[in-house]
Amino acid sequence: MTMRAVRLVPALIILLVALTCASLMIGSVSLSWIDLIKGFIRQDQTAALIIYDIRLPRTLLALSVGFVLGLSGAALQGLLRNPLADPALFGAPQAAALGAVLVLYTGTVEALSFALPVAALGGALLSVLLVLAVAGRVAGVTTLILAGLAVASLAAALTSIVINLSANPFAVTEIVFWLLGSFEDRSFRHVAMAAPFMVIGSLLLLRAGEPLRALTLGEETAESLGLSLVRERILIVLGVACALGGAVSVSGAIGFVGLVAPHLVRDAVKGDPKAVLLPAALVGAALTLSADMLARLVPAPTELKVGALTALMGVPFFLAIIARRRGAIAADAS
Amino acid sequence: MTELAAHDLTVSLGGRIVLKGIDFAAQSGELICILGPNGAGKSTLLRALAGLLKTKSITLDGQALNVLSPVARARTIGWLPQTGQAVWPLAVRSVVALGRMPHGATLDSLTARDDMAIAQALSACDLDALADRDITTLSGGEQARAFLARALAVEAPILLTDEPVSALDPRHQLSVMETLQAQARANRLVIVVLHDLALAARFADRIILMDKGAIAADGAPAAVLTPEQLGAVFGVEIVSFERDGVRAILPWAARSMEREA
Repeated sequence: MTMRAVRLVPALIILLVALTCASLMIGSVSLSWIDLIKGFIRQDQTAALIIYDIRLPRTLLALSVGFVLGLSGAALQGLLRNPLADPALFGAPQAAALGAVLVLYTGTVEALSFALPVAALGGALLSVLLVLAVAGRVAGVTTLILAGLAVASLAAALTSIVINLSANPFAVTEIVFWLLGSFEDRSFRHVAMAAPFMVIGSLLLLRAGEPLRALTLGEETAESLGLSLVRERILIVLGVACALGGAVSVSGAIGFVGLVAPHLVRDAVKGDPKAVLLPAALVGAALTLSADMLARLVPAPTELKVGALTALMGVPFFLAIIARRRGAIAADAS
Repeated sequence: MTELAAHDLTVSLGGRIVLKGIDFAAQSGELICILGPNGAGKSTLLRALAGLLKTKSITLDGQALNVLSPVARARTIGWLPQTGQAVWPLAVRSVVALGRMPHGATLDSLTARDDMAIAQALSACDLDALADRDITTLSGGEQARAFLARALAVEAPILLTDEPVSALDPRHQLSVMETLQAQARANRLVIVVLHDLALAARFADRIILMDKGAIAADGAPAAVLTPEQLGAVFGVEIVSFERDGVRAILPWAARSMEREA
């Protein structure tokens, strides 16, 4: 690891600590530093209530969901050797949402059951596998985007059919808002539900650093260097599905963090697909928490949705990358 | 002493037979050039020999290659594909260091032994001045040399390279061939797929001439690179002359393709 990469991680952790403090202090009731400390040690009951019941679970979720989004993006980019890969481009969040919506509105389970992340995980896994199967082993940018677009559209269409068939009129608004992605009104039960999946997924992805490095020169070269390609692909796809399944089941669909976060740190780690993993995850956490704070701060009749904000930030970024890589993408299409 | 052998190797890809009934054995110390027209099956043969096609028909010292563990195979056989890809802006030195993976090395934990192998591979490919450059900023030929250095850094007893000199300028073509020859002289088995008849005639200890998925001729350069065989397989007329005791060969004119009939 380069010296810059070594210092990058502590710097990002300091940034995250600062953002976390800010996230606990701001909201419809602002807390001062003193309120914060008093609340934490439960000397001030109101502050303690705000911190422990409202802002801390919300902040933890934003951090952990952002972490796995950034990590999944970096891992998928490494796996496909393609800087445009993002979980959202695989239709993974949409498919995970479909899985969750299916179990929710067939009424088989209650909203805080473990069945929810499992169903979301199943959806995410199916979508990533489907895109990989359609796009093939050496997926070019165009093939990948088209396959991902198709899978995302399919998941969205199936989700709207589920909404159509839903007997409960409130279900529609609820699902639509949920699909936009939000951390509003989340409790520690949500954290407990999603955490195991996000932890397992993150561990699977963080351990994939060396395989991703080997993949730098192509799949067959990696195999010639002793990598068990099939096994590594399965573990990485499983890791992404697990992490996203957990994340989507509590936060809804939040896009583009996985695309943007690795880009922001790739130069600092000199393109190393292993060294980029942790910084990309930390930047993902910072971006998502910032977006959530922005959602809370912007005055609006109902709170803004984080997913909408990350898309607002991410889409121009995505377009800029496409514009810059136009030549390569055109060559790939021919 | 290492022996890599193919026994009645037949490979079909996408329903088409690419290799049929390939039989040969190669021992360490040899520099073997595989020649043949486009689509003759040269690269597929090399991938099979590298253990990438999971066939039972390749043996290493008499043992089936496909039962060897991936890491043991990677330590024994270094493989360089025809087209390398550089996606991430890694330093040339880091790309070359990937060749140490089979030995358990990572970019974060290179031993003195690894560093030495990397430095030697960089020098052998004339990359000392470019070692810290971002590989995506290098020219095609410079990248090709970096990929070759990556394969050399494995320090495997068997080195399989697919058109390692096609993108290089004449001086680097010669120096890379000299490097490969030196590897063979150091008792490694080196197999090189080439399109350049002149380089093959000049450097090979043995030539395998392939045509339509089969071996058309196998032997010393003087025995294989005859006007008749090259005419039949490539459809070219050659010019040859003696220089420093070696018979040099140049393809001179394309024959009309009536041989197809």
